[in-house]
Order: sequence, then C-alpha cells, then structure tokens
Amino acid sequence: MTSPLRLCVRRSPAPDAREAATLVTLRIPSDVACIEEAVELVVRHCLAGHQTTRTTRFRLQVVLSEALSNAIMRGNCEDCEKWVDVRAELWVDAIRLYVTDEGPGFDPAAVPDPVTPEQLDIAGGRGLYLIRKLVDAVQFNEQGNSICMTLRRQ
Amino acid sequence: MGFSQTRDTNGVTVVQVEGQLIVGNRQELKDLVQAAVEAGERRILIDFSRTGYIDSSGLGALVSISKRIREAGGELRLAGLNEDLRSLFELTKLDTLFSIAETPQQALSGF
Repeated sequence: MTSPLRLCVRRSPAPDAREAATLVTLRIPSDVACIEEAVELVVRHCLAGHQTTRTTRFRLQVVLSEALSNAIMRGNCEDCEKWVDVRAELWVDAIRLYVTDEGPGFDPAAVPDPVTPEQLDIAGGRGLYLIRKLVDAVQFNEQGNSICMTLRRQ
Repeated sequence: MGFSQTRDTNGVTVVQVEGQLIVGNRQELKDLVQAAVEAGERRILIDFSRTGYIDSSGLGALVSISKRIREAGGELRLAGLNEDLRSLFELTKLDTLFSIAETPQQALSGF
C-alpha cells in the first residue's frame, strides 16, 4: 500500500508510570488509507519482546483499526487538517491504547445495539460493539473524543 | 492487500480476500461483486483463507453485498474463516445471516 503518511513512533518510559512501562505515541492524518499501516506499526511495537497468542494480536489489530476508523471518519469527518493521536502504554501484563481525535466527541451510550433483529442486516454500527467485546475494558473521556482500550496480554 | 476473482468449473465466482478487509478497501470488494452480479453471476463464494483481519466496515460491506446478491436472486457463501475471524461473525450474530462453510471446497460442494 502506498501512503503519504509519515509515521513517527516514540518509545520511552512512561513518565507517570508507577511501574516500568513503555510509551508509544503516533500521530496520523485523517485518511482511512493510513489505517492499515498505522495498525501494523503500533501492533508491532505493542507486541515486541512479548510472547503473544494469535488471538491477542488479532484483537489488537481489529480494535485499533476500529478506533482509528471511528476517529477519522466520525470524529474528524476525514478533515485533512485534523489529526488522530494514538498513545499506547505497554505493561508487562497489559496494553492500554488511547485513540484521540479532534472532533466534538459523541455519547457512547447513545449508540444502538447492533445485534438486535432489526439492526442485524444494517451495514453500519458494529464498531464500538466489537471493541467492547474484544478488549477487557473500554473508557471514554468526558468529551467523548478519546477512547481508552485495555487488553490483557495472553 | 487485495482481491482476486476466479470461476470454478461449475461456474461459481470465487473471490479471495488477501490481507485485510477494512474501511480502506471495502468499496473495492463491493464494486467487484457488483460488477460480477451485473455480468450475470448469481453464485458467489468469498474465501477468507488468506485474510488477516476484518473490521466492522468490512463486515458491513459483506452485509450490503449479501443483500445485493439476494435481490438479484443469487446466493452468497463465505468460507475459510479461521477461529478469530469466525468469532467476529459470532459476536455480531452475523453467523446467522450468512451461509458459512469451513473450507472453500465444502462451500463449493453442491453450490
């Protein structure tokens, strides 16, 4: 895939960490063509030096792809002047991923359940549901423009 | 990342998803299947044996594709999903919406 993206990853000790954690940060433009490359890069850094199951890798790939897609398309409305920030805190037993956009935010409680019979054959609306199902914890900031996903290492 | 299209000896259109099926390429798959349907193809198998991961946009594209094929009087089957990929269909209950076979060979049998 060709992409105009210049990805920068910073690996450093998390300054506010109580224990030894590594921080990876990444800033990507609001272009869905960048998602696959960004996912590949962040997941590689998240798993480096750890024995990981295929399922953990898969879940990381899917939830990061979902969060970036939501941030770019819904949060930033694909505005090329806006950016999406990814922050990954890498712990011995867990990975915590923050994805933040520059949009006004949304109310996650207002998202309809996509597995009801009437929603089942509708094309959209499964992203947040999938994230909730695939990670161990999901939180949003008050504004609703930043998601925090925690996945225990397996 | 991409899609390849072949036709088996019984005339079933087989589309293989290589790499990811995500927001960045879902339209390409929809266009490919749409063109096949417009060309008169009515039996379509999507093979995920070489797929890494699928996001919700990819799942949504499959829902749209399934509808389009049904409207044309055709049938869509899916095959080759590994355990992780299959879990996405189960979690979203889309396994109840699609005809899913273990392998492409099983899907093609009696298609």
